[in-house]
Amino acid sequence: MSRGAAKIVGLAALGVVACAVPFVASSFHVFQLTQIVVYAIALLGLNLLTGFNGQISLGHGAFYAIGAYTTAILLDKVGFPYWATVPIAGALCFGVGFLFGLPALRLEGPYLALATFALAVTTPQLLKVNALERWTGGVQGLLVEKPGSPIGGVLDADQWLYFLSLGVAFGLYLVAWNLLRGRTGRALMAIRDHPIAAATMGIDTALYKSLTFGVSACYTGVAGALGALLAGFVSPDSFTILLSIHFIVGVVVGGIASIGGMLFGAAFVTLVPNLADRISQAAPWAIYGAVLIAFMILMPTGAAGFARAVARRLFRGGNQPI
Amino acid sequence: MQAFLHQLLSGLATGAIYASLAVALVTIFKTTHHVNFAQGELAMFSTYIAWSLIQKGLPYWATFPATLAVAFVAGVVIERVVVRRVEHAPVLSVVIVFIGLLVICNSLAGWIFGFSIKAMASPFPSDAWYGSAYLSAHELGMIAVTLAVLLCVFLFFRFTRLGLAMRAAADNPESSRLVGVRVGWMLALGWGFAAALGAVAGMMAAPVVYLEPNMMTGVLLYGFAAALLGGIDNPWGAALAGFIVGVLENLAGAYLVGTQLKLAVALVVIVGVVTFKPAGLFGRRLVVRV
Repeated sequence: MSRGAAKIVGLAALGVVACAVPFVASSFHVFQLTQIVVYAIALLGLNLLTGFNGQISLGHGAFYAIGAYTTAILLDKVGFPYWATVPIAGALCFGVGFLFGLPALRLEGPYLALATFALAVTTPQLLKVNALERWTGGVQGLLVEKPGSPIGGVLDADQWLYFLSLGVAFGLYLVAWNLLRGRTGRALMAIRDHPIAAATMGIDTALYKSLTFGVSACYTGVAGALGALLAGFVSPDSFTILLSIHFIVGVVVGGIASIGGMLFGAAFVTLVPNLADRISQAAPWAIYGAVLIAFMILMPTGAAGFARAVARRLFRGGNQPI
Repeated sequence: MQAFLHQLLSGLATGAIYASLAVALVTIFKTTHHVNFAQGELAMFSTYIAWSLIQKGLPYWATFPATLAVAFVAGVVIERVVVRRVEHAPVLSVVIVFIGLLVICNSLAGWIFGFSIKAMASPFPSDAWYGSAYLSAHELGMIAVTLAVLLCVFLFFRFTRLGLAMRAAADNPESSRLVGVRVGWMLALGWGFAAALGAVAGMMAAPVVYLEPNMMTGVLLYGFAAALLGGIDNPWGAALAGFIVGVLENLAGAYLVGTQLKLAVALVVIVGVVTFKPAGLFGRRLVVRV
């Protein structure tokens, strides 16, 4: 079997499993699966920026928070239908991300990491500000009504939200894949690998970098909106620096500059706390920390890179993926 | 006027903490060009060590040098074992390794010492003769300890052979190696010094912000702001900027934005400096040959 055919069969099998599982799993497991899909969207967004474009963001939790709060406020205070809030959250985050990307153009490497780190640390405080309490609910946060299923006989509310998230994730994956395999993707990676050479070849680095920031924030904002619908509430303390570090862990485990690996990374950060919580409250984070350092030293390409290396062994030949 | 003076002086006192942390950040940046995101958590962990030594019945001023020694060794070990392996790796790997260190220190502190908030006594009695309405005894003590430590650091780097070797290794690793300086060890010693300086900051901060695993997150942000404002390759600039940031934070919190948005001051300083004056107030502009 050729590599391409194996890939297609594998993806189809994954699709069948993804559609079948919610009908046999308990509603808690459906909740967890939805969480994985939602995180995968956020990780994809972060990886577009950090993995493919080389701009390090330690503050994507902030964009996740903006998406979540947009949905919560539009539902609770304005009375929008829930499905309309998701694209609005995405569009708003695109705008905010693009604007944050403009000063970020002047920041390289550790400086950008520092600025986004500061953004992530400040986010909970900004959400608690008294002046905005009428909209954000202050320290208490806001409740978000869980959307009902429009086809109640076939799917219950949990399953509906799962398939909604899955559909959104599938669409966004296709967009990202298309974006990366063509001219745009080559430009992004050229900027990452050698910005000066990229500019010499006529790539508008400033435009591409701030657009990537916008698109990346948009993905994470959409994930935040879905995450708010799933969690049923938003509060400032759900969006601390630890959420941003969560995303970094997911990207590193899934594989920097891989889009397929993000599903694995999302599963890792969703499931590890569940398993490790029994040892100690601090155990998941100790594991995350160890994993971050171990991956960077031993396996910098993450799970996806490891899988690729195995696949190369099994199916010799074929072209090298990005 | 009295209230203003009080805010100004206690700003100087918190500034002392930021100054030691900023000098620690600059020390590591100068030697390895890494921004150490784990600096605050290392300081927090050292403070816990000091706390448990005090719980065991040791007097404070015996604990102080002991903690600095432990922190120094820990810093050297971390550099030798972890950081060295990513010395020449891309920036992304380095940042991720530091985030890993941050997370490990934070969770280990919670695991070993618990997440509940602990009070740490100040070594300066609150009824001491040098306390006043403007500046409490602890605040004055903080400033004095920080200045004394910075003076020691200055004397070390200016007048000892080892200090000279460390400066040479940071300035020009290749040439230093040629004249027999063991550059790798100098970098490790730099890490040790930075960790010890961080421990000073943590021990001075603990009586003010209370001891808990997340105590240094905010403090670290101000430390970053100070390091950038002073110019990230200039330790004296960073120390001075630490005091400036402390005063700025206190005055802005009291008269401008309210206590709720104090951290936003750090965010604004950081983004402002890196956007408009990346070299900081006293730093050199970095020019890279292509």
